[in-house]
Amino acid sequence: MTKTNHTVNFTINGEKKTFATRPDEKLLTLLRREGYRGTKYGCGQGTCGACTVLLDGRATYACLLYSMQAEGREVRTIESVGTFDKPGEFQKELVAAGAVQCGYCIPGMVMSATALMETEEVFEDEIVKEYMDGNLCRCTGYEKIWVALRKTLDKQAAQPKPAAKKTSAKGARK
Amino acid sequence: MNRHEKAKNFKQVNTSVTKIDALQLALGKDSYVADFVPNNALIVKMLWSPHAHARIKKLDVSKAEKMPGVKAVLWYGNVPRIAHCTAGQGFPEPSPYDTFMFDKKVRFVGDRVAAVAAETEEQALAALEAIKVEYELLKPVFSLDEAMAPGAPVIHDEAEAHVPIPIPYEPKKNLVAHVACEAGSFEKGLKEADFKFDQTYETPYAQHCPIEPYTSMAQLAPSGRIHITTSTQVPFHCRRIVAKTLDVPVQKIRVVKPRIGGGFGCKQEVLLDDVTAMFALRTGRACLWQFNREETFRTGRTRHPFRIRLQAGVKKDGTITAINMDCINNTGAYGGHGLTVVSCAGSKVLPLYHCENIKFDGKSYYTNLPVGGAYRGFGATQAFFAMESLMDQMAEAIGMDPMKFRQLNHIREGEGSPIFAALGEGREGTPMTVGSNALAECIVQGAEAINWKDRKDWRGKTGRYRRGIGMACLMQGSSIPDIDMGAASIKINEDGSFNLLVGATDLGTGSDTVLAQIAAEELETATDKMIVYSSDTDLTPFDVGAYASSTTYLSGEAVRKAAADAKRQILATGAEMLGLPVAEVFCEDAAVHSKKDEKKKVTYSDIANYALYQKNQYQIIGTASHITKKSPPPFAAHFAEIEVDTWTGFIKVLNYVSTIDCGTAVNPALAEGQTEGGTLNGISYALTEEYLFDKDGKMQNASFADYHIYSMRDRPPLRTILVPSYEETGPFGAKSVSEICINGAAPVFANALYNATGARLREFPLTPEKVLKAIQAVNQKK
Repeated sequence: MTKTNHTVNFTINGEKKTFATRPDEKLLTLLRREGYRGTKYGCGQGTCGACTVLLDGRATYACLLYSMQAEGREVRTIESVGTFDKPGEFQKELVAAGAVQCGYCIPGMVMSATALMETEEVFEDEIVKEYMDGNLCRCTGYEKIWVALRKTLDKQAAQPKPAAKKTSAKGARK
Repeated sequence: MNRHEKAKNFKQVNTSVTKIDALQLALGKDSYVADFVPNNALIVKMLWSPHAHARIKKLDVSKAEKMPGVKAVLWYGNVPRIAHCTAGQGFPEPSPYDTFMFDKKVRFVGDRVAAVAAETEEQALAALEAIKVEYELLKPVFSLDEAMAPGAPVIHDEAEAHVPIPIPYEPKKNLVAHVACEAGSFEKGLKEADFKFDQTYETPYAQHCPIEPYTSMAQLAPSGRIHITTSTQVPFHCRRIVAKTLDVPVQKIRVVKPRIGGGFGCKQEVLLDDVTAMFALRTGRACLWQFNREETFRTGRTRHPFRIRLQAGVKKDGTITAINMDCINNTGAYGGHGLTVVSCAGSKVLPLYHCENIKFDGKSYYTNLPVGGAYRGFGATQAFFAMESLMDQMAEAIGMDPMKFRQLNHIREGEGSPIFAALGEGREGTPMTVGSNALAECIVQGAEAINWKDRKDWRGKTGRYRRGIGMACLMQGSSIPDIDMGAASIKINEDGSFNLLVGATDLGTGSDTVLAQIAAEELETATDKMIVYSSDTDLTPFDVGAYASSTTYLSGEAVRKAAADAKRQILATGAEMLGLPVAEVFCEDAAVHSKKDEKKKVTYSDIANYALYQKNQYQIIGTASHITKKSPPPFAAHFAEIEVDTWTGFIKVLNYVSTIDCGTAVNPALAEGQTEGGTLNGISYALTEEYLFDKDGKMQNASFADYHIYSMRDRPPLRTILVPSYEETGPFGAKSVSEICINGAAPVFANALYNATGARLREFPLTPEKVLKAIQAVNQKK
């Protein structure tokens, strides 16, 4: 980064922060520069999903979003989902199923699945695919990712339900 | 106890141990090249040729050099001109040295012109705009016919172009490679046939599409050495090729491979590292170059398109009397892998079926199109499309069920093929008999899963939606015999853990885990005691890298031997501690035990502490290298049921069954994962993936929006069946798994389409347009 007078304020993984930026900087670039490197660059064209983050709970391609579009909003990245000691449920299932090959697509997959799990109440296959369609993987054929996701969702569905929030793919990427 | 019986007693191998880096990757921890780039790294951008074939008359970078933030510009005027080959292969390579860091000539849309390293990406891009280039346009060559035509434009007219080994190479004729062989007499065999066939097949370009694009970072270590962190399948070849291209000693370069975001062959190429290394030398700064997706499609390596003429003769009883396979392929603008890919089209396909009279001819030609490279399946993918399509046609001619026809003819355990000896990589091959072979069982289980017995002839099918079932049999190899080498070393720590250092390159396949399992099995300890470190040219032993289906089979055996070497030392020290002769002790559960007194034992931790600190101290460290005389084929049978919409030509995959005999599956979950991923990649390639060019040779669909690869929504029901065998020459019975699975879908769907509609397509992808036309042609004939 060269000199800049611009800043952007947003909540990142629960913390309110101010970042120096430029009008033409993409959110992905800012996040990676600021150490949120679990969010990956895959295409820069909004087509592969490796850069998926949650913007106000909705799965979003960080490579298409300008950093300033995040002003005042809530951004969540893979770093917010799990740790070695306490991985997220889907992360645990991915590891158990042998679904992580090269792993480059996985953080994006996890973020799309997080949007799904936090938005929907019923996890019908078609709804699940709606959420996950924007995350490409070239290694696994999606088989084991699907198995891990189905397990995670079925477990969550079996738990006592909180009041329904939204329905039908509203948190999915448009 | 023979090894088959031993296989029943595996403790670490043949179990689905958790992939050792899985959680790290799922958490999004720093793992890949771009995660390790310092914030002050310079960003590299390349000016690409907009022309398919042109000479650079004038190149002026002076304005760009003075632009804000620009630290260096590289072009042909300020770098060494050293002919080399970008393909990461054995040395000397069976490929032409036809590439320069920068050249005065550009040979395809996406060829290098000049590179900029600047403080920011925006500054680098702005500087590219300021570079002035004047081109003299040359007549381009866009097809094999144009390349082969007498008087065709010469794509490599530079004096330096040569192949470092004595094999045919005639750049003046655009001929990259030529290989031919004959076993028996094709002509004689054809005379004995009741039915004769002569068909031509075409296979398309495709890109590997790893989700991590090509990425390389180079920096200068405080010692002045060049430290390259790169997304590569071939770290040692990378070091050698960069040293040559920059004209610096190998000693001055260190190549580190962190986690790789997928490769599938495209990262068996040194495409970025010479430039990042040169920029690091010139600027003293860390320099990062990451391709964007468009660059990955246009400049990245691709699957070689093939044209295959297949002639064959068959008797009424199902005996195949003669086969002649004539392959011509397009290497694009540079010739890396040109010889080997066409050789593999013959050597990995022709041995599959019994035939006494086999002829093979393979040629590779330059064109002014994107460059072919190694891609999972490597030649076999293309040739199996032809072979397995023709197998169905031959079966129909003699009125035999196509499955029975394959069962009658496929190679068995203990059998050889003259092709093994005749076709090698730039030289004769290695005679070989097939040791392990569970293809017969693969066919039986696959047929059962797809319900083959209910398959009906297409002639009885009516209505808009018609279903069809197709199959294909496949083989591949496991490493390149007498050429590939892998090495490993393993040392013990105080707590009984081990550092396993391997040259082998995990590119996302899970080979670090598989190799840890092999080491743990041999050492009678747990896999989680292994700390695996792979592919660092300063620290790990050599390995040719991850290609040719070699890692589990070849590098795995090197690991097993290294572990056995360490085990000998552990036994000796354990015996010394127990006061027993070595003959009276054995290893089990991470301890050395007395054979006579079951209470007498010392743990590996005790042994390590003794050896490191207490008496007769030394480092228990095992090391070994491995080469192979054989390339044992894995076998597979693929089946699919499809539904064809005869109004639109759309193919819906109802079910796909992918069986595989990979010997012992060292890690069944990972072996399934390889098979599932490769199979879906094959399905996507067969149905949708292709390069579309404009009239000037520019690839038009360089994004995932326009070059469709399958998503979770597209994924059809897929069943993977691992059929075990035991390969005596592999580590704990293992052979390769990763490549073979991509070869099936194209012929399986072509055969299923025929079974559904009577339409036979000899090219793919099987897009609705092509399928509809073919169906209409069938209807017109009726």
